[in-house]
Amino acid sequence: MAILVVADHHNEALSDATHKTVTAAQQIGGDIDILVAGKDCRPVAEAAAKIAGVRKVLYADDARYEHRLAEPLAALIVSLADDYDAILKAATTTGKNVMPRAAALLDVMQVSDIIAVEAPDTFVRPIYAGNALQTVKSTDKKKVVTVRATAFKAAEENGSASIEDVQPADDPGLSSFVKEELTKSERPELTAAKIVISGGRALGSYENFEKLIFPIADKLGAAVGASRAAVDAGYVPNDYQVGQTGKVVAPELYIAVGISGAIQHLAGMKDSKVIVAINKDEEAPIFQVADYGLVADLFKALPELNEALG
Amino acid sequence: MKLLVPVKRVIDYNVKVRVKSDQSGVDLANVKMSMNPFDEIAVEEAVRMKEAGTAQEIVVVSIGPEKAQDQIRQALAMGADRGLLVKTEAETEPLGVATLLKAIVEEEKPDLVIMGKQAIDDDCNQTGQMLAALLGWPQGTFASKIEKKDGEIHVTREIDGGLQTVSLKLPAVVTTDLRLNEPRYASLPNIMKAKKKPLDVKDPSDYGVDLKPRLEVLKVTEPPKREGGVKVETVAELVDKLKNEAGVL
Repeated sequence: MAILVVADHHNEALSDATHKTVTAAQQIGGDIDILVAGKDCRPVAEAAAKIAGVRKVLYADDARYEHRLAEPLAALIVSLADDYDAILKAATTTGKNVMPRAAALLDVMQVSDIIAVEAPDTFVRPIYAGNALQTVKSTDKKKVVTVRATAFKAAEENGSASIEDVQPADDPGLSSFVKEELTKSERPELTAAKIVISGGRALGSYENFEKLIFPIADKLGAAVGASRAAVDAGYVPNDYQVGQTGKVVAPELYIAVGISGAIQHLAGMKDSKVIVAINKDEEAPIFQVADYGLVADLFKALPELNEALG
Repeated sequence: MKLLVPVKRVIDYNVKVRVKSDQSGVDLANVKMSMNPFDEIAVEEAVRMKEAGTAQEIVVVSIGPEKAQDQIRQALAMGADRGLLVKTEAETEPLGVATLLKAIVEEEKPDLVIMGKQAIDDDCNQTGQMLAALLGWPQGTFASKIEKKDGEIHVTREIDGGLQTVSLKLPAVVTTDLRLNEPRYASLPNIMKAKKKPLDVKDPSDYGVDLKPRLEVLKVTEPPKREGGVKVETVAELVDKLKNEAGVL
């Protein structure tokens, strides 16, 4: 059995989601290679070579892979697929974009967003926004799988795999990159943070996020999240959203402030190790999943919390 | 442009799903069904393109049970011109659906296919990408903005960490994200008018497509329930518990 893990990165650094996908690959079992496709990203390939248990890193350095466009990247994956029994990638927005395209070109029905490996051909995946879990067995010869990174531990970094250059595949030339607008933040990435503090509609404005949530996040080294209601109200940008239609997080500590706990939000954070809820409505559903609940007005509780953290 | 909008009939997003006790799936009996919310956004976007003069014709297609005609009629009431139901009572998978949609695209010859990024039942997030792959077309997934420019379309995509804009040659497939638009409610006169719009019903065999699933569902179970914990009285007590009991601070 040989498994290809397609790395997640932005040309500068390797994403932790790759390490977690390698763990899923280890649970399937077999020789594991990592594909790093990008532009001028040898440091990413070198980081991938350090992941424990990796046989070799395939490095495709070409301008056509710089912006992770689906059409050229899927073509590259397909050009390498003959040598592999399974192809995995984290279910990031890049993974979700590229992998079904590669799967269809390989005539394979992809298994999306797995949270557990039961057997080399059998996987568990959430359906209905995590309200049910489906165990599926793939009957395709080759497996194409996307992995929910938060469900797997990161593989360690004590390996020293070789790095092998691979030729770019023919670019179908169907799409071109126009621009990217990324949110700049000093805080950790939501899906990788050990602590997440999220605010809901009760915050009332961006200024209140800035005044009440950000200082606590900075003290804790936490990422800041938000409910869909807070995002829809325009308090914070889209990529703050935790939930089924936003980011799925599973930090050590999740602090939900002024969030009622709609099903769609719970789907995005219920696998956190410890959940804290601060809400003035004691009937709020968020308290049903919280390990520690504080019924309080957030405008009083947050300054107190900020002070208590020193 | 001519637009094709595929829509799926799914459990209404407000319904709390129940897993069947024999673990064979989710209980669909006597449950409210609706158009997949992401598909509704796709229909809305298509109608807006027609209203803006960018598009001339909108064909809505659903692959599913007889009753999926309700969802097609809803799309017609929102402003689509014509409907097509490819009738199957069997559970479908993205690869099979994409293969069938490819055959429909070859017949209808649209310039653009707009569809939801994922269905809220199986949460696969695959069909649009697969259709684009099978057609050899470009794809613009998770769109929060679609603009026609110089014979191509610019799609602003919601990606981890922000937004990415790509330019796609036509024909193309675009999948919708939540913030693309807010779908309209169909007015009563439009609902009445929609009843007279053409709706064809066909069979997968008319297209020579085999919808046999590749994934075998072994079981469907309830996720482990998370138990509520304790209530604390003060912020000080909360910080103390997080430090000394949970050990996460």
